[in-house]
Amino acid sequence: MVQWLARSVLPVMTIIAAIVLIWYAAAVPMNAGRTYMMAPDDAEIALPDLVSDTWAQKKPRLPVPHQIVVEVRKQATFSWIWKEKRRGYKRSLIYHTWVTLSSTIFGFVLGLVLGVSLSLAIVYSRVMDLSVMPWVITSQTIPIIAIAPMIIVIMAAGGMTGLMPKGVISMYLSYFPIVVGMTKGLRSSEPILEDQMKTWSATAFQTFWLLRLPSAMPFLFPAMKIGLAAALVGAVVAELPSGARAGLGARLLVFSYRSETIPMWANLVSAALLAGILVVSFGLLERAVNRRLGFRNAGDVTS
Amino acid sequence: MSVVTAEGLSLTFPGDVQALKGVNLSIDAGEFVSFIGPSGCGKTTFLRVVADLEKPTGGEVRVTGLSPEEARMKRAYGYVFQQPGLLPWRTVEGNVRLPLALMGQDRRTADQRVASVLKMVELDGFGNKYPWQLSGGMQQRASIARALAFDAELLLMDEPFGALDEIVRDRLNDQLLDLWRSTQKTVLFVTHSIPEAVYLSTKIVVMSPRPGRIAKVIDNPLPSDRPLEVRESTEFLSVASDVRNALREGMH
Repeated sequence: MVQWLARSVLPVMTIIAAIVLIWYAAAVPMNAGRTYMMAPDDAEIALPDLVSDTWAQKKPRLPVPHQIVVEVRKQATFSWIWKEKRRGYKRSLIYHTWVTLSSTIFGFVLGLVLGVSLSLAIVYSRVMDLSVMPWVITSQTIPIIAIAPMIIVIMAAGGMTGLMPKGVISMYLSYFPIVVGMTKGLRSSEPILEDQMKTWSATAFQTFWLLRLPSAMPFLFPAMKIGLAAALVGAVVAELPSGARAGLGARLLVFSYRSETIPMWANLVSAALLAGILVVSFGLLERAVNRRLGFRNAGDVTS
Repeated sequence: MSVVTAEGLSLTFPGDVQALKGVNLSIDAGEFVSFIGPSGCGKTTFLRVVADLEKPTGGEVRVTGLSPEEARMKRAYGYVFQQPGLLPWRTVEGNVRLPLALMGQDRRTADQRVASVLKMVELDGFGNKYPWQLSGGMQQRASIARALAFDAELLLMDEPFGALDEIVRDRLNDQLLDLWRSTQKTVLFVTHSIPEAVYLSTKIVVMSPRPGRIAKVIDNPLPSDRPLEVRESTEFLSVASDVRNALREGMH
């Protein structure tokens, strides 16, 4: 227990403490301009007053951590989920996080299906092997911010709005690491084991199911973690241009129009926490599967 | 009766690498034949051709009277590779049962068979262990048990003990000899070691490189009952020196 604390918790806490310290220090010069602007022209502002003012502004350039925490606690309330609206928007951070989470997961599942299917096609068909990969890579060179509005417009013309186009945009980002990882994984089984299966005249499906698929697992999980984080980015980006009124992306846009930096940061922190929780829970799943498959320590390397 | 025959067998890999050239050989049922020679002499390639893992570019090979492909489809041989090649996510039992499951054998018959081959290689009691929980020698024994599981009459072994230390190797040689005598299988055994070849075989095929070919076939006059001490006998040493001379001549 003591060892565990010393090895995993202590370094993380040290880094966090350092970041928080730098953050508070940086907030003073970043926000000082506003303090001087609001003060009388010839006023002399003592350092303690300057510090306390820069840490407590209503619309600071850089809100300090405790302001963000207070804001998150204010907004993250269940009582507002369905009821209270302000200027037509629901206010609960939990509600908006849920909206983004649902399209993240939907898009990730789409991306997983697409990615795994493509990698199967690449591994088992020579034509696909030669033709698909360049397009997959090209697809990732197009900025998502450019293609997202088009996806929304085109799908809306087909009568699809809301979750569907958001899911497709998330899929667009998340399938890529999965194709790459899974293709590598399906080709990772040792030649000697492939030969072994051949000597038993195993069918192609038997070789896939009993050898290649289990061999691919240590590659698939890190790819899925990257894909999951990418799906979240996709969901947030998809909420920006769609005129969406719900979701962390939509809220970010609204608050940025109003220069309400503290709620913006509260949304950012929520998105980061969401990504962290998703990736960590996937890491646990990965460890369990790899243990089961006898790949020792494989989870430790990637998590 | 011949179990394996090769006539004018040649194999040229792309890039004009002649792995085998004009190999003629006939192996009778129940023989234990060792293939020995420097690297690049085609001994592993010959075994892989018999197993239908490589296609010859010339000549003909018959395995149990069939083409190598037909023999493979009928699972006429068990193959033991240089590394144990056990699936890390399956227990020893699960690994040994794998070929039986692929053949669609029902679970109860398979379980009995698995238990009996594990006993043969003295791994009874280790069935529930995972490969990483076993030593290298035990892993290789599990791999041999797996090759024995479906009771093919032909056993192909490609330097199965090459990666093991000499003490473990001696013991496994002894066990393999017992196994061969009790099961009456035909064994093709690739090795780098002269004592191993002389100790195990009824016939030693000495091969030479560039292009891979048979330099000499030496019949081993040692009795089939061979305690480890036989290695100090004059008869053993004279066969070993024959093999060594044949190897040296083959280099020219």
